[in-house]
Amino acid sequence: MPTVSVKRDLLFEALGQKYTDEEFDELCFEFGLELDEITSEKEILIREQGGEKAEGASDVVLYKIDVPANRYDLLCLEGLVRGLQVFKEKLEAPRYKRVSPADGGEPQRLVITEETASVRPHAVAAVLRNITFTQERYESFIELQEKLHQNICRKRTLVAIGTHDLDTISGPFTYTAKPPGEIRFKPLSQSREYTAAELMSLYKTDSHLRHYLHIIENEPLYPIIYDSNGIVLSMPPIINGDHSKISLNTKNIFIECTATDLTKAKITLDMVVTMFSVYCDEPFTVEEAEVVYPDGRLSVYPELAYRTETLSGDFINKRVGINESAESIAQLLTRMCLRSEVSGEGDLIQVEIPPTRADVIHACDIMEDAAIAYGFNNIVRSTPRTYTVANQLPVNKLTELLRQDLTAAGFTEALTFALCSEEDIADKLRKNITETRAVHISNPKTADFQVARTSLLPGLLKTIAANRKMPLPLKLFEISDVVLKDETKDVGARNNRRLCAVYYNKSPGFEVIHGLLDRVMQLLDVKPGRNQGYHIQAAEDSTFFPGRCAEIFSCGKSIGHLGVLHPDVISRFELTMPCSAIDIDIEPFL
Amino acid sequence: MADTGLLEALLRLLEKVDGGIDSQDVAADLGVDHQLIVGAVKSLQALGEVISAEQKSSKRWELTGEGREIAEQGSHEARVFNAIPDEGLPQNELMKMPSGKVGFSKAMSNKWIRLDKAHEGGPRVFKTVETIEDTVRDKLQLVQKGLSAKLEDKEKNELKKRKLLSEVTVKSYWITKGSSFSTTITKQETELTPEMIASGSWKEKKFKPYNFEAMGVAADCGHLHPLMKVRTQFRQIFLEMGFTEMPTNNFIESSFWNFDSLFQPQQHPARDQHDTFFISDPALAHEFPQDYLERVKQVHSEGGYGSQGYKYDWKIEEAQKNLLRTHTTAVSARMLYKLAQQVNTHTHRLMLVSPLFSSDLTLLCGIIFQEKFTPVKYFSIDRVFRNETLDATHLAEFHQIEGVVADYGLTLGNLMGILHQFFTKLGITKLRFKPAYNPYTEPSMEVFSYHEGLKKWVEVGNSGVFRPEMLLPMGLPEGVSVIAWGLSLERPTMIKYGINNIRELVGHKVNLQMVYDSPICRLDS
Repeated sequence: MPTVSVKRDLLFEALGQKYTDEEFDELCFEFGLELDEITSEKEILIREQGGEKAEGASDVVLYKIDVPANRYDLLCLEGLVRGLQVFKEKLEAPRYKRVSPADGGEPQRLVITEETASVRPHAVAAVLRNITFTQERYESFIELQEKLHQNICRKRTLVAIGTHDLDTISGPFTYTAKPPGEIRFKPLSQSREYTAAELMSLYKTDSHLRHYLHIIENEPLYPIIYDSNGIVLSMPPIINGDHSKISLNTKNIFIECTATDLTKAKITLDMVVTMFSVYCDEPFTVEEAEVVYPDGRLSVYPELAYRTETLSGDFINKRVGINESAESIAQLLTRMCLRSEVSGEGDLIQVEIPPTRADVIHACDIMEDAAIAYGFNNIVRSTPRTYTVANQLPVNKLTELLRQDLTAAGFTEALTFALCSEEDIADKLRKNITETRAVHISNPKTADFQVARTSLLPGLLKTIAANRKMPLPLKLFEISDVVLKDETKDVGARNNRRLCAVYYNKSPGFEVIHGLLDRVMQLLDVKPGRNQGYHIQAAEDSTFFPGRCAEIFSCGKSIGHLGVLHPDVISRFELTMPCSAIDIDIEPFL
Repeated sequence: MADTGLLEALLRLLEKVDGGIDSQDVAADLGVDHQLIVGAVKSLQALGEVISAEQKSSKRWELTGEGREIAEQGSHEARVFNAIPDEGLPQNELMKMPSGKVGFSKAMSNKWIRLDKAHEGGPRVFKTVETIEDTVRDKLQLVQKGLSAKLEDKEKNELKKRKLLSEVTVKSYWITKGSSFSTTITKQETELTPEMIASGSWKEKKFKPYNFEAMGVAADCGHLHPLMKVRTQFRQIFLEMGFTEMPTNNFIESSFWNFDSLFQPQQHPARDQHDTFFISDPALAHEFPQDYLERVKQVHSEGGYGSQGYKYDWKIEEAQKNLLRTHTTAVSARMLYKLAQQVNTHTHRLMLVSPLFSSDLTLLCGIIFQEKFTPVKYFSIDRVFRNETLDATHLAEFHQIEGVVADYGLTLGNLMGILHQFFTKLGITKLRFKPAYNPYTEPSMEVFSYHEGLKKWVEVGNSGVFRPEMLLPMGLPEGVSVIAWGLSLERPTMIKYGINNIRELVGHKVNLQMVYDSPICRLDS
């Protein structure tokens, strides 16, 4: 969930009302936001870097507000205020308009060449005319781009935004792709020109930019945008050129978004322009720009599309569980920036979805907004009449019953991890990893998550190792799932419910573990015997001490092993006493 | 048990006194070592209320070895005096006596003797008085008789300085008669025996009282794990509410069921390597319901079912990637798809039987859906996996509790109602709901409960109504709503058992003593 940091006093000024922290928290809760933290720049610095660094830092109160991940329209102060003002019916949702250049001139044009196809094929653009920045507005403008980059733009992989002082450059602009050696320009915040290749190595150590290098690093061609004089606007998604950088005094802004996902690019552009067109001389208007594709197709951006959905008041009432008139529902929706009116036919409501609400893609999204405006906590809670009979999953039912009786037999239940290292299930058990049928994880952060366990035994032995101070004997068990590769399953693997128990004492206690097997079989109503019953038979298994291991058969089928653990296994789990163990599959008893 | 004779002797002594006697005096009276009397006191105490004894400590003066010798044989100076005949004794001879040196100087300072240095034949010692009074010996004999009180402190300290007396601390018992005092001993039995029951002799016997202050012997038993005890209770709650358990015993899941089927777009951050464990072997799932997969692809990339869709290039390669499931909702998706197939099988069969009514097919299907769709309530409690940064409250695997209800016409109010019932069973009655976002539910609600201890609202779970883009491609009838909620098993368990570090609860670093000591789990109390 993205967090937006806003200055409290600025927020209240824009809202035209002062709130106590509690009142504002309550408003957030109702609207689906969360006032996560009340802090200041100074406090943050003290916390992160210590008191010294914080000296002289601002102690203006900051609100950190958690915004739902799909509400890109609430990622800046401007959007938050607009959303809340409309919700509180203090403001009517503005209508965003795309306009042609004022003097009848030609729109700005961005020409995409075919070289971009291999690396970053899409681009959209727009112009904000006669904007007035203040320090705060400027900072918010930069911050919104950063928030969009981190969220909808998926860390610039899907979309990268570039904003430029239009008065320093001249169109038409060309979006192309070139070998890194052929790109040369002075990037933002640098004092000289670099080639693209040089830039990539320069930014390797940049705490911010290094995270984006991988997006194009291994591409033969890098995306690049030039103006008609060959001046570099940006090398997306890494850095803008220094020449066209915006400042507090910038009046006209050219915005380009390059992308691998066109839908996201359009939404991102719409967000930037709808949020900041409020500061244009003619608020909420955005000057169009043309984008020409390699095939000659021409599109005009920003789309700023309004869409109308028709749905019935009955639909909303039935899904939410309320009983409101169509008019009242239309009013609720209007408060959520979804301008709505009753169409006159029955209880049909025409709902207009503005370009800021890209999250509304289905009637259910509209229904939710009606419920939010109505107030989730005003909805009457009622019990569904759904009549059903409960059933337990057989393997879980058996597990629950066996667990009870294993504790009655004096064994204590352990709960160990399903993920572990290769070493745990192979080397430490004196097995070869290839014979384990283990499922391997491709991206473990540490060795503890290399494989899904194929045996419960390592977990139990590690539990003993962590509890060596406890009085002996230690008698532990676990009934849980291991994971094995299985070609017959759609995903190529399956779980297997197993019962494992260990006895750890000064003497191996094979007879104790053997007695536990007898008890388990008694509980499962399997009698001792060769054919229809169970029996054990001497076996060799590398985990066990030679001559001290038996295979367990039930109704002629092998279900597991029991025996005294091999001394090497004991040492490898950092244990010092003899230990006997049983490990069986309980699924045959379902 | 001390010798009965001694016990009875002690009791007889006690009988004669008013009030009580000191065990030291008893030892002196009976002429036995004090330790034996201490043993006798303990034995008598064990018999019940025969006597009562209070331990006390007192200081007492005792003769040292040298002191005892003097009490017996006289002080060194007296011995020197007595050794001198009327005609005197040569000094060198006197000095050869054992008490010579010390006795000589003391006798000299007492002026009992004199030294004639000029005597012919060497210095010679003569008595100066006829008789002497050996006060040192007298004093020591007083102490020996236990009459040290007759001496003044100054005198005692002087003797102590001469290492003839020492002050010792004596532990003794002050013994008084008990409520059932008697001078005869009845032996008390420690335990009831089968013989006593058989013979009835228990009626005559006295039984040694139990010490009810002591702890009992620890029960020899196994113990259930606290997290599993809580799991059992949650299972019980779901079963009481009529929910059927889902088969969640499949940790490995395809991206398709874990994400795509839930209408979670392929670029969603949850599908990132940083958040999800992907599988390298077996890397890909190889089997999908093909027509359903096509519908999922369509609703993601183009929309449909009343949806705009996400409008991106949906790739099968992404859906095939195997992973460790990040939520049990992947299983809910499989179950709901299966449920939809039951509906559709019925429909197909009927259509085959009556192809003539094709014009009324839509209507017919509607009716059949209405009839053949069976409402369900499902639950599961099982492990899920996140490739997250670990801390005191987060592990890479945890247990997710999930409840799902599918029926016609379920409302948001119904979801709140059922959550209210569920949480009431957990002892939580004050609930409120916050709008939230989740890719596969709309509306989505975070569930908050009022924490009386913290005096604030805390999040206790997540909930929502599954999106039509998830349900309709599965083939579920249009009017069917599916409501669901989830929470973790670990968090309520940590609160219940007061555990701050999750590693002490889950995994091999568990504190087994905590497992041994943890009480039964009643969630509503």
